[in-house]
Amino acid sequence: METLDAVQAVLRERMSGLICPELLGFENETKTLHDVIERTAAFGESNSILLIGPRGTGKSTLLKKILDDLNKDKRITRNLQTVYLNGLLQTDDKIALKEITQQLELENTVDGRVFGSFAENLRFLLDSLKSGDQLSSKPVLFVLEEFDLFAHHKNQTLLYNLFDIAQSAQTPLCVVGLTCRLDVIELLEKRVKSRFSHRQIYLFNKQSFKEFVYVFQTYLQLNQDKTIEVKDSKFVKKWNTEVEKLAKESAMLDILRRQFNTNKDIRALLNLMVIPVGRLSHTHQYLLSSDFIDSFRHHSIDSKAAILHGISVLELCLVIAMSHLNEIYDGEPFNFEMVYNEYRKFSERRSSMQKFDRAVVMKAFEHLQQLELIMPLDNSSVRIQKEYRLMALLLDKSQILETLQKYPNCPTEIKQWAQSAVLT
Amino acid sequence: MSSHNVLVSDKQCPVHCRDDQYYLLKSLFGQNEQHTVGSVFLYGTTGTGKSLVVNKLMHTLQVPHVKLDCTEFYSSRVLYEQVLNNISMQNSDQDSSNEAQSTPMRCDNMNDFVKLLKSTIDHLDLTNETLYIILDKAERLRDLDSNVLPATLRLKELTKCNVCVVLISEIVWEKFQGGTGLLDPFIIHFPDYNKDQLLEIMTLDTPEGYTREFYSAYCNLVINIFMVVCRNLNELRHMALLNFPKYVQPIESGECTHKDSRKLWRNIEPHLKKALQTVYLREVSSTQWEVMQMDTGGAVVPATPSHTARQSLELPFYSKYLLIAAYLASYNPAKSDKRFFAKHSGKQSKRKIVKHERTSNQLLGPKPFPLDRLMAIFYSIVEGKVSATSNIFSQVTSLVSLQLLGQIGKDVLEAPKYKCLVSLDFIKQIARSVQFDVVKYLYDFI
Repeated sequence: METLDAVQAVLRERMSGLICPELLGFENETKTLHDVIERTAAFGESNSILLIGPRGTGKSTLLKKILDDLNKDKRITRNLQTVYLNGLLQTDDKIALKEITQQLELENTVDGRVFGSFAENLRFLLDSLKSGDQLSSKPVLFVLEEFDLFAHHKNQTLLYNLFDIAQSAQTPLCVVGLTCRLDVIELLEKRVKSRFSHRQIYLFNKQSFKEFVYVFQTYLQLNQDKTIEVKDSKFVKKWNTEVEKLAKESAMLDILRRQFNTNKDIRALLNLMVIPVGRLSHTHQYLLSSDFIDSFRHHSIDSKAAILHGISVLELCLVIAMSHLNEIYDGEPFNFEMVYNEYRKFSERRSSMQKFDRAVVMKAFEHLQQLELIMPLDNSSVRIQKEYRLMALLLDKSQILETLQKYPNCPTEIKQWAQSAVLT
Repeated sequence: MSSHNVLVSDKQCPVHCRDDQYYLLKSLFGQNEQHTVGSVFLYGTTGTGKSLVVNKLMHTLQVPHVKLDCTEFYSSRVLYEQVLNNISMQNSDQDSSNEAQSTPMRCDNMNDFVKLLKSTIDHLDLTNETLYIILDKAERLRDLDSNVLPATLRLKELTKCNVCVVLISEIVWEKFQGGTGLLDPFIIHFPDYNKDQLLEIMTLDTPEGYTREFYSAYCNLVINIFMVVCRNLNELRHMALLNFPKYVQPIESGECTHKDSRKLWRNIEPHLKKALQTVYLREVSSTQWEVMQMDTGGAVVPATPSHTARQSLELPFYSKYLLIAAYLASYNPAKSDKRFFAKHSGKQSKRKIVKHERTSNQLLGPKPFPLDRLMAIFYSIVEGKVSATSNIFSQVTSLVSLQLLGQIGKDVLEAPKYKCLVSLDFIKQIARSVQFDVVKYLYDFI
């Protein structure tokens, strides 16, 4: 059905984070940031501001919405130039400089490529920016995502220069930094910090459970705010009513509450929606609470227990031997020889299983290392034979006991060995 | 690893015993034009079918995709160039050949990579379909530059294109997290196969001329022996196929029929046990194993310890004593030298030596010792007079180059230090050949 395809396309775009229907809360913050950027664009004021908040609270989305809003004004679109930088992409000041020059399309850019060395480019950029003044030059907006990564560049040259120009009465500049580190100010050098205006907007996710459910609903409803996303209006009306009914169902609210108690992040909620949206088809036209229950169960699998479920019996014996060693010696690191010794004591005295050779046990031990259930303690400077390298076990006793409950065809003698109190 | 791709497609699901995961991924990817989640993470123990499911799905959906193994990426530059060049190579046959990019692209940082990826997608007209970048052994991405993993997970957002990154790994996602936080992908777990599923998949390999039930019964035997040690499907399939000719040898030579399962079992059981110690450990290659099976015929050679190769090492007389002396120097504490090797060691303390199992040198490993100590012990254990000629010292060096001794530290001229690298079993064999009782001189065995 064409309509269902269109519905799926819209919902998938929302879930991958490309479109955000509505941003709840943050009215004050929006207003502040909007004013700051507008003043640079319209009146030529220089500003610098930081947006700080944990991951997933909506910093980039907020900025995007504000910029979309401002671009509706023709005057601003004509005047304001924007440069987008990202700390993950521009890992070096050299690369950052090239990127700025390219985005501003300065004269030393030919066909998208920048010529000259780092020093020349920096000089050219600074001259271009410094030669302007408030009345006759176009304002520039610098958006720096992952701002804390820029603070790790050498000498923080880029930040210093940007803040320096923003402070002096030259080309009107607005620097907006987005970061997830709450202590980002500590990362700045003294000379950079003094040029920064110390304006910070903090975004925290302060949603209540009711707002959380409301957000859930807005992400699933279609054709809101008079934007036509799906053409079949009759279907859309029925869809929206079904979503409203779903959001009031007790099973659904139960799942939402459990999700809210674990992780309030909107991205986790979107991850929860992926499986139910994927199941939509012409036989399954509306979202059901059973889909969401399955999805929640899918996401609450304990990953380490799942990996432990797949190891062989010999590897399980080694894990139990290591756990016993940890108990006897109070968590001191062990090596393969000690584990093998412990395993041999068990297999000779208390087990009727086949005895395995040292080399076979070594292969099992190395497989556990490959799965990162045990890890060598760092001593790569001294070369030690692999049998004598000190290792640590990255599992808890409770995880091991839990695995033994669920392990298929687990021999009882191993279970008893694991649960036996260790005699010193 | 996937050299045995003999899986026959079934009408229900192309991949056996992986229905749930296959259909989940299929519904996740959706139609080719629709957007998928930015990144997907598949994990499960070795041999659970992760790469297989993804490959089959890509083949069925016919979407543009790039499959890479992260073990090849010794630097991030290789990652960028491989992705870009693979995309252009796979899709350039759609363009006319004179437009095709004949020169491979160069790219050494993430910024250029994002730009080039975007321009390649536009250039090759792939904007309508989702491009899948599949990275196997994704745990290696953690070892590259610190911005590679976070940026790869956000590739969709950074390039603003319809791209989906699929990461496949054996390590759980919690171990990837680090730094200031990552964009969490959609996580799918691939559970391990249980015994019935293993049997079902292995039966698909039935060789020509035998029924599935017969092969299934044989696989059951193999699984029962090997499953305690290893549940990796690839290993089990390999073992089953390798030992099958030996299993059916009595039938071929006319000694018994298909129904005589007891006789067949008695024939094959010692071979499978031997295989556990040789081919499973890859001490003997598969071709050598096949030759060995044909040679022995009916008689079964009892399994020899794994260092048969080492035993054939014949050392000269003094070298053997040097090696024994080195072992004693490594595994005995220096204080005990007096009581073992001095002619008149004086009064021995009547107090019993308290030994903890944990401090046993056998468990802790060899300790380094200076050359002087080695020579002192050597002179005391060797019979007859030995002069300190350069011959003796050159034998020490040749032991080092044979990797029976290891040299520690950088100071070679003044006070060279060594460590003995052989095991107790090996030294016992050497000592037996010169009729020297080494256990009597070991501190741990008093």
